[in-house]
Amino acid sequence: MRTTAIEVSGLRKAFGDRTVLDGIDLTVPAGTVFSLLGPNGAGKTTAVNVLTTLMRADGGTVRVAGHDVASEAKAVRAAIGVTGQFAAVDELLTGRENLQLMVDLHRVGAGPGRRIIAELLERFELAESAQRRVATWSGGMRRKLDLAMTLVGDPRIIFLDEPTTGLDPRSRRTMWAIIRDLVAGGVTVFLTTQYLEEADQLADRIAVLDHGKLVAQGTPDELKRRIPGGHVRLRFADPGDLDAAARILAGATRDDEELSLKVPGDGGTEPVRVLLNRLHDQAIHAAEFSVHTPDLDDVFLALTSHPSTEVPAP
Amino acid sequence: MTTPATPLGDAAIMLRRNFRHTVRNPTSVFNAVLFPIVIMLMFVYLLGGAFDVGEKYVDYATPGMILLAICYGLSATSTAVNSDMTKGIINRFKVMDVSRGALLNGYVATTVVTNLIAVAAVVATALLLGFRSPAGPLDWLGVLGLVLLTALATGWLTVALGLAAKTPEGAGMATVPLIMLPFFSSAIVPAEKMGPGVRQFAEYQPFTPIIETLRGLLAGAPSAGDAITAVAWCAGIALVGYGWALASFRKRA
Repeated sequence: MRTTAIEVSGLRKAFGDRTVLDGIDLTVPAGTVFSLLGPNGAGKTTAVNVLTTLMRADGGTVRVAGHDVASEAKAVRAAIGVTGQFAAVDELLTGRENLQLMVDLHRVGAGPGRRIIAELLERFELAESAQRRVATWSGGMRRKLDLAMTLVGDPRIIFLDEPTTGLDPRSRRTMWAIIRDLVAGGVTVFLTTQYLEEADQLADRIAVLDHGKLVAQGTPDELKRRIPGGHVRLRFADPGDLDAAARILAGATRDDEELSLKVPGDGGTEPVRVLLNRLHDQAIHAAEFSVHTPDLDDVFLALTSHPSTEVPAP
Repeated sequence: MTTPATPLGDAAIMLRRNFRHTVRNPTSVFNAVLFPIVIMLMFVYLLGGAFDVGEKYVDYATPGMILLAICYGLSATSTAVNSDMTKGIINRFKVMDVSRGALLNGYVATTVVTNLIAVAAVVATALLLGFRSPAGPLDWLGVLGLVLLTALATGWLTVALGLAAKTPEGAGMATVPLIMLPFFSSAIVPAEKMGPGVRQFAEYQPFTPIIETLRGLLAGAPSAGDAITAVAWCAGIALVGYGWALASFRKRA
């Protein structure tokens, strides 16, 4: 049986007269990765702050690990781990001392504490630098330490607020591998990101947040299917072929500069075969042929560039 | 093998962390402990001879320097509090099941202990410079009590300033008035020797009764009137600081 890790309904939050979250509803089943995707300033961090008891909502209910964040904040805090947007590590302490601080605050005994620290340093490949002050560490190492510190209390629900923003591609991939490991261990992850690739790689479900509202929600594939924009692109060697092809392919968009035609289609094999047959019958040769399926970038741009865009439910 | 969190235990953990910080951050040690000594040497050695205060200058100046020693430790505290706030370290503790009071108490306790060390260093320097006091053990106990009370009051106010400031630099700047205040009190010269305006300010500002109480205690002749005013100021500043710190702490995320 699947239980619900996070349940949010009608969540609202405003700062003065600026509405940041305007009626958010979402549900995250335990053991899954949920990604809140949105541009800068969409309200992602505010949402995380409310869900992690740092901020009080103005309206709506939020239950995390079965507890209400407003009335049972202590119980929520005992179940969650949070890694914020900037590595919240103590620069004047060494890596080991940072982890020791968490062990002390979690009241783990000295013996188990030592073991936990050794395991985390090993798992995050930080053992070599553990005795050095964090001030001398790279950004990627700090983020890893930040996450390691969050894991000391063995939380079942982890909030990651833009965990890879500002990281180089290699460190980003390491971070993804770590997150996948966590999920394999049964942890629920609530991830905010502005990178579509990240959401696509990690998330079971994605919600797109824009101007305080969820403008779309679904699996990565569902979201991609919602967006029209799949097409076949034909590029021709000379304008004559382009003209001929444009005459027989109604509904295609032509680009005279690139000598290309964009023919709408969802990428299925049958329409492509029909299209190619028609070109063949007319003895028209295309110099280049490519199938373009919408990626999350298309989804993201389509959903967030116009606040009023209506997206049909799947 | 998990034992329940206790406010006292958490505060002790925070205190240990903050002390490690102080030790590893030489600038803050310099500001808190060495700078008051430098100022004391400057006033007593270089300038003191020019002041006519009616007694040996080092005897006059020591109570003021004790207060100065407290004030110079403050900017390091507010900067440290603010940098924990802006770097998200306070948020990390807040989303853990860490006692709320423990965090703030940890900061205040750190600044009070730093202050005590600075005051001890200043008194030791004063003794080397020829400071002699007829004060008895009870008077010294009074001095210690008032120093603790002043450190607590300014400590809470400083933690509040640190929590309310936007940046660590701003937090450091916010304590400058507290650091300047002793110079416009009876710390360096008696208030009645100052010009009009400044004199009235010096007579009525909170640090003058505190310094006068210390001066009375160290001279072995404490004055009850000054002491009551001093304690009232400390209690007032502590309450304002405590309330403000708690409100900022709850509000900011």
